[in-house]
Amino acid sequence: MSSLAAAAPRAPTHHDDRTFVQKYIFSTDHKIIGIQFLFLSLLFLFLGGVLAMQIRWQLGFPGQPMPGGGILPETMAPGGVILPEYYIQLVTMHGTFMVFFAIMPLLVGVFANFLIPLKIGAHDMAFPRINMASFWTAFLAGAVMFASFFVPNGAARAGWTMYAPLSARPDLSGADYGQICWCISIVLLGLSSILGSLNYITTIINLRAPGMTWFRMPLSVWCLFVTAILGLLALPVLSGAAIMLLFDQTLGTHFFDPGAGGQVLLWQHLFWFFGHPEVYILILPGMGMVSDIIANGSRKPIFGYHSMVFAIVGIGFLGWIVWGHHMFMSGMNPTLGSTFMVTTMIIAVPSAIKVFNWMGTMWRGNLHFHVPMLNAVGFVAMFVIGGLSGVFMAATPIDMHIHDTYFIVAHLHYVLFGGSLFALFAGITYWFPKMFGKMMNEPIGKIHFWLTMLFFNLVFFPMHILGMAGHMRRIYDPTQYEWLKGYQPMNHFITLAAFALFATQFLFIWNFVWSLFKGRKAEQNPWRDNGLEWTLPNPAPHGNWEKVPTVYRGPYEYSLPGAPDDWYPQSSKLPNDREPAPAPAPAH
Amino acid sequence: MSWWLPLKASTFAGEIDGLFTAVLIITGIAFVVVEFGLVWFSLKYRSRPGRAAYYTHGNTKAEIIWTAIPAVTVVALGLISNHYWKQMKGRDSVPADSYPIGVHAKQFEWQYTYPGPDGKLGTTDDYTIRNQLHVPVNRNVVVILTSEDVIHSFFVPVFRVKQDAVPGLTIRAWFNATVPGEYELGCAELCGMGHYKMRTRVTVHTQVDFDAWVKTQAQGGSE
Amino acid sequence: MTHATATLDQMRPPVPAEPGLPIYNNKLGMWVFLASEVMFFTGLIGAYVILRFGAPGEWAKPNVVLNVPLTGINTFILICSSVSMVKAFAAISAGDRKGLSRWLLATILLGATFVSVQGVEYWKLVHEGFTPAGFTAGSHITELVAQGKLSDVTGGLYGSTFFTMTGFHGFHVTCGVICLIYVWLKSLRGGYTQQDYRGVEVIGLYWHFVDLVWIILFTIVYLI
Repeated sequence: MSSLAAAAPRAPTHHDDRTFVQKYIFSTDHKIIGIQFLFLSLLFLFLGGVLAMQIRWQLGFPGQPMPGGGILPETMAPGGVILPEYYIQLVTMHGTFMVFFAIMPLLVGVFANFLIPLKIGAHDMAFPRINMASFWTAFLAGAVMFASFFVPNGAARAGWTMYAPLSARPDLSGADYGQICWCISIVLLGLSSILGSLNYITTIINLRAPGMTWFRMPLSVWCLFVTAILGLLALPVLSGAAIMLLFDQTLGTHFFDPGAGGQVLLWQHLFWFFGHPEVYILILPGMGMVSDIIANGSRKPIFGYHSMVFAIVGIGFLGWIVWGHHMFMSGMNPTLGSTFMVTTMIIAVPSAIKVFNWMGTMWRGNLHFHVPMLNAVGFVAMFVIGGLSGVFMAATPIDMHIHDTYFIVAHLHYVLFGGSLFALFAGITYWFPKMFGKMMNEPIGKIHFWLTMLFFNLVFFPMHILGMAGHMRRIYDPTQYEWLKGYQPMNHFITLAAFALFATQFLFIWNFVWSLFKGRKAEQNPWRDNGLEWTLPNPAPHGNWEKVPTVYRGPYEYSLPGAPDDWYPQSSKLPNDREPAPAPAPAH
Repeated sequence: MSWWLPLKASTFAGEIDGLFTAVLIITGIAFVVVEFGLVWFSLKYRSRPGRAAYYTHGNTKAEIIWTAIPAVTVVALGLISNHYWKQMKGRDSVPADSYPIGVHAKQFEWQYTYPGPDGKLGTTDDYTIRNQLHVPVNRNVVVILTSEDVIHSFFVPVFRVKQDAVPGLTIRAWFNATVPGEYELGCAELCGMGHYKMRTRVTVHTQVDFDAWVKTQAQGGSE
Repeated sequence: MTHATATLDQMRPPVPAEPGLPIYNNKLGMWVFLASEVMFFTGLIGAYVILRFGAPGEWAKPNVVLNVPLTGINTFILICSSVSMVKAFAAISAGDRKGLSRWLLATILLGATFVSVQGVEYWKLVHEGFTPAGFTAGSHITELVAQGKLSDVTGGLYGSTFFTMTGFHGFHVTCGVICLIYVWLKSLRGGYTQQDYRGVEVIGLYWHFVDLVWIILFTIVYLI
């Protein structure tokens, strides 16, 4: 152990003379920016949950006054009874908050920022000031989106997918200023995302430490790299679409106005051309973190590292040619339905490879179920359900029945909550010591995991049944339909389970906040992980290393036979290791 | 309250439900393999004192197998699905003899225009009724979908038929109801505040009853 | 140019790094950013193509509504600004700091002229009744419709796509001019030397991109 410890590069000891504002508010340090994103997006995750609880209240107790609903305005919930116009704002903004301001910034804004320079051995990102701008633009976007609840007529009302012409016509949707806020916020968020992506891509390409070749990068970094490329190329299309929608509403343009020759389906094509890569943005970073954590928890190299990389790249590439599967019933040319079905079926394959490789990593491992490992394995268990349910809707005839029903809601929550959110619980717990120098509480983390796993399945598995029955999405009052009245007990049950699920999250919130102040002080490498970030003290100092480390091996050299311990840091030099080749001299 | 798919009341239902069951079996097998595997590995390989992990970077043969099997399976699923897709929704899928009904969706009701005794839409004996869909059993029916304002979606669960009604487009969707009875239709695309109550009573008549109903309507009968 | 390229190779950061791409961070960052800009304009232009070729009526001939000759000259001005940008880059790569400043100023003036001419064109079009929302009733444009020289059916779409595409392009040119002013002021203070003129190359890349987008837009909006 001592030889490994001695090889750890020292952290910078120069005097840090930045002011409080420079250190924590307008910071250019990628770690602080990552933590800023963490607080912002955890807030939106909580708010998104509050919106979901209101949705579930209405579905479980239709037409009844909601406890605490008295604070809502009379136009939205008189006497605490949710009105249809408020219900569709809840539905719209729950999706919007969760996709754009919770999951995406949690996975990308937090972990791309925090992990990339640390894991590749760089002092900071390539463009620290642009990185800072990326956070503050996202903050502004979030403020505008939050404010949209408080403008006249409230928030946008056409679902997070904002289909035109409903979204373009305040006279038809009832939302005017709220819709404008949505469009402006999305354009700002797109800009934030693009600024972030250009940092992540440039940093990963050009700032890797000597010896950190492409195929020695941890899979978390590979996933973040492909995610950044997806974000870079997809968000501009959404911004363009949001601008067109904004202009239709405010300038009287006719992009989506069929009465003036515009095309309604144009919105859907533009939105989903962005939207499908977006869902891969929402899952890939989680997959990457889960790979790192499962290898660590199993004390084994990742099974099939190269195929995992090809699967990541394959998902990134195929993700661009499946968007029409969101539009099978839209009235687009049925032949496109066939082509998109084929590409959608194919994209199941790289995800399947990843699931089997994670299992292969656990096979014959030495499994330590620390809280991150529990959540990572939970991710695999839940993501596979979400992925398999996707096969049903990929088969277009089946989709004719289950499109726009709760079957889809079940699918998307299995991949986004069962997948991404469990990955986030794993990642936040795992890198908490690196961020804050403290450990999160282990027993509470375990209780939180098991209760979340239980209630999550109780909430979302029955939704498959509802969808099979034909229970449509975004319905304020299912009891309007005779055939759905019989399912009201199930809706009621789901609501109660949802309340329990939400209440369980307070365990995580309490664990997080309490550990920030009173958590056990973390040793330097509590998880005995091989990554470069663990050669630094906790929390990692400004500038990371005084001298960038040199990398001698891949990130998953756990349980190497003949080694003194079951882990081998990437930057520890052994007597037989060669120095990496120096950078080529300029041609001249 | 059924835990399975609704009553099969159209020619599509048997095929769609059959495909659903097939996918359920295939995904069910995958589900059991993965979840059982995860639980079994978690228990069998949990850390115990003196235990060491088996150092390996992978196994190419295993990877080829577990790539090929899903790939072949999904491609096969795709081909089978496409066969039915073309029959149900393809460009030329609407049978020539289909009984036409004009369906005009608007916030928040459905207007059904029937062709009347002459069986042709666009003639003087057509009549329009709100929120009631009447079709004869065992006949091909084509609904010609239009929308007044925003996107709505024509969805009858027991028929397993769904098709968006899009402003600016005229979209044809066909089905063949096989079980007489009273059913419901719901709008399956968020269309505004009244989306939740945009329903239709769907009646599948025997041919005799249907002809009688048409006659009553044509004579200015009650809605 | 070989000399210039060799000089640029030495603008890599001094810390040891795994060889990424043989281009320095700022340049790589600009290329990556331009990729996102390509997607942005592809979205707008793609929408235009779909709307135009799926339009229910005849699309207006550009020269009925738009002043093609004037915009042609404006296009030439923008192309000249790209030439002056190249000259600026060549100047500093040869160590000519004064030449850099002079050619940057020329680029700024040409770019600003382009934006101004476009602004004036917008004002005139709106004045004549051609707006993003379509043709204003009772205006000169609607007279053309009455005379059969222009289809009204697609007028709204024509305005929507025209102003959005050219407007966002103009916005990008304006941002480019502002950045060029910053670079020009820095060049006056001696901020760029023959050893390090990365900022000039990076803004040059952006400027050429903006020019290229215009050539595409001009072709599909004004000529076809």
